[in-house]
Amino acid sequence: MVSEVSRAAGRDAATHQSDTGFHADTTVTLSGWELDNPVIPASGTFGFGKEFAELYDINCLGTFSFKGTTLHPRFGNPTPRIAECTAGMINSVGLQNPGVDEVLAVQLPKLQSYFHKKVIANVSGFSVEEYAETVRRLDECDQIGLFEVNVSCPNVHGGGISFGTSPEAAAEVTAAVRKVTRRPVYIKLTPNVTDIASIAKACEDAGADGISLINTLLGMRIDLKTKRPVIANKMGGFSGPAVFPVALRMVYQVYEAVKIPIMGMGGVSSAEDVIEMMLAGAAAVQIGAANLTDPYICRDIVAALPKTMEQYGITSLREIIGAAHRN
Amino acid sequence: MFAGRGRPLKIQKSMKQSIFTILENKRLAPSVFRMELVGDTSQITAPGQFVNIRLEGRFLRRPISVCDKAEDRLVLIYKVVGHGTQQLSEMAPGTQLDLLTGLGNGYDLSKCGEKPLLIGGGAGVPPMYWLCRELIALGKEVTVILGFNTAEEVFYEAEFAALGARTIVMTADGSYGRKGFVTDGMTALEKECGFAGKDAQQSDCAGSSADTFYSYIYTCGPMPMFRAINQVARTSGQFSFEERMGCGFGACMGCSCKTITGYKRICKDGPVLEREEILW
Repeated sequence: MVSEVSRAAGRDAATHQSDTGFHADTTVTLSGWELDNPVIPASGTFGFGKEFAELYDINCLGTFSFKGTTLHPRFGNPTPRIAECTAGMINSVGLQNPGVDEVLAVQLPKLQSYFHKKVIANVSGFSVEEYAETVRRLDECDQIGLFEVNVSCPNVHGGGISFGTSPEAAAEVTAAVRKVTRRPVYIKLTPNVTDIASIAKACEDAGADGISLINTLLGMRIDLKTKRPVIANKMGGFSGPAVFPVALRMVYQVYEAVKIPIMGMGGVSSAEDVIEMMLAGAAAVQIGAANLTDPYICRDIVAALPKTMEQYGITSLREIIGAAHRN
Repeated sequence: MFAGRGRPLKIQKSMKQSIFTILENKRLAPSVFRMELVGDTSQITAPGQFVNIRLEGRFLRRPISVCDKAEDRLVLIYKVVGHGTQQLSEMAPGTQLDLLTGLGNGYDLSKCGEKPLLIGGGAGVPPMYWLCRELIALGKEVTVILGFNTAEEVFYEAEFAALGARTIVMTADGSYGRKGFVTDGMTALEKECGFAGKDAQQSDCAGSSADTFYSYIYTCGPMPMFRAINQVARTSGQFSFEERMGCGFGACMGCSCKTITGYKRICKDGPVLEREEILW
């Protein structure tokens, strides 16, 4: 039995013993950073956590990935930015954020008052230099556990083609960011490519410490009444439970291609999904769109994990990472 | 046990997720329904706020403005515009609904002077009701202008009148009430009532005008109506906006808009914006 004293010390928040005496270890490690559990709200669906902290103590989470931050403030795309789909949604927010300097001066200091763990810094850019400069500035902040570099943005110097669709461009961003921080660098990949494994491999070879996948799938909806696209920008990123099998398949493929850890995401909305993602090869799992429709979902998944582990005879989550690949 | 090593959490709580039960769900106009529910309304603190309703089989919640609340009762009036609201309209009394409540800023009642003018356009009429009730309780002399396209769409005229508000109904085709848009109603009332003159000057409200019958504007409705009101308005006012939302509680930036003072999230920093901060 875990003693009340050690619980109070916080260290054993991640070891759970059921009524039947089953012992479930939910801890995972990302490049040396131990998390109480693998449940991580995904960037762009959780802001800086404040809205969710109004509802529950978000310190129960493994950590979270903060709103994608760029060097300069961005308003983002025109509205409507949201379209509903069967078992999912399309968003075209366009990386609205106040810019790295305000994130450092305002958002991160505020975050300290309601979140006491390290956080994942999600970073975007429109040139290699922008990525590196944003990471360099954020690197001074002790609250950051690792960087998650979103390479789905268009490269303004490369004809607007997303960095993440070319192994060379993805590697170039990886190498540039790698040089300006000692913290782990995870590259968040777009699924809108023909061979995601080759891009993951290029990032690993360029010095990435891990891979995050998948970002949203490019999609669209058309309004039958107006006969025009629902989203002002016409197309946007499709996410939600509908994309889970695609995300799972890509995590599985990338796990075979690289040795570095993977954060798996895409349509995850239950403790079972978390476990399935880990079996495919994820060392930790992010939850995105589900936060918007059920703001308690991450808390509920954290709470459900030990019981679900017991149900499937899993004593330690870290031991099942990639288990689906075993012969 | 996760409470962060003894440091207190400094978070002001405003929203709440809870289960409401439908007491009544009836048609008011061909595509407009009035739903009365019972549940925990404690976080609903201002007229103009909204709730976000989870619907079986729909990925996103449906944001609906609060029409009225009293103790544990909540009234929503909604227009059927798609599959989600259609589903809502078919729900029987006794059905339970998962609601996020306490969303949005709501109207600020402190700025309106003595003669507030409330203007509701179509699906923008419902939030005016609780606002009207509160303003009358504060002793204000309230004028309400309700705008609809045609006679069969008209609802809640008698309810506003029963609160004690001077209630004018405009229909675009003239099939009921007065013919024209809400702004035609404003112009007509100015001619009929003369000017508020001295009375408005005496009121302590900033931005009130000595030239008309009202001291302040509160409105909810479509953007073209807002633009028309802005063209003829003689006072300051508050405008409640509609936008497609992702979460409804400020997390996703799906409903952001630009204002004079920077970007705002319609769901969290709005839906009510002041006339002076709107980029017309």
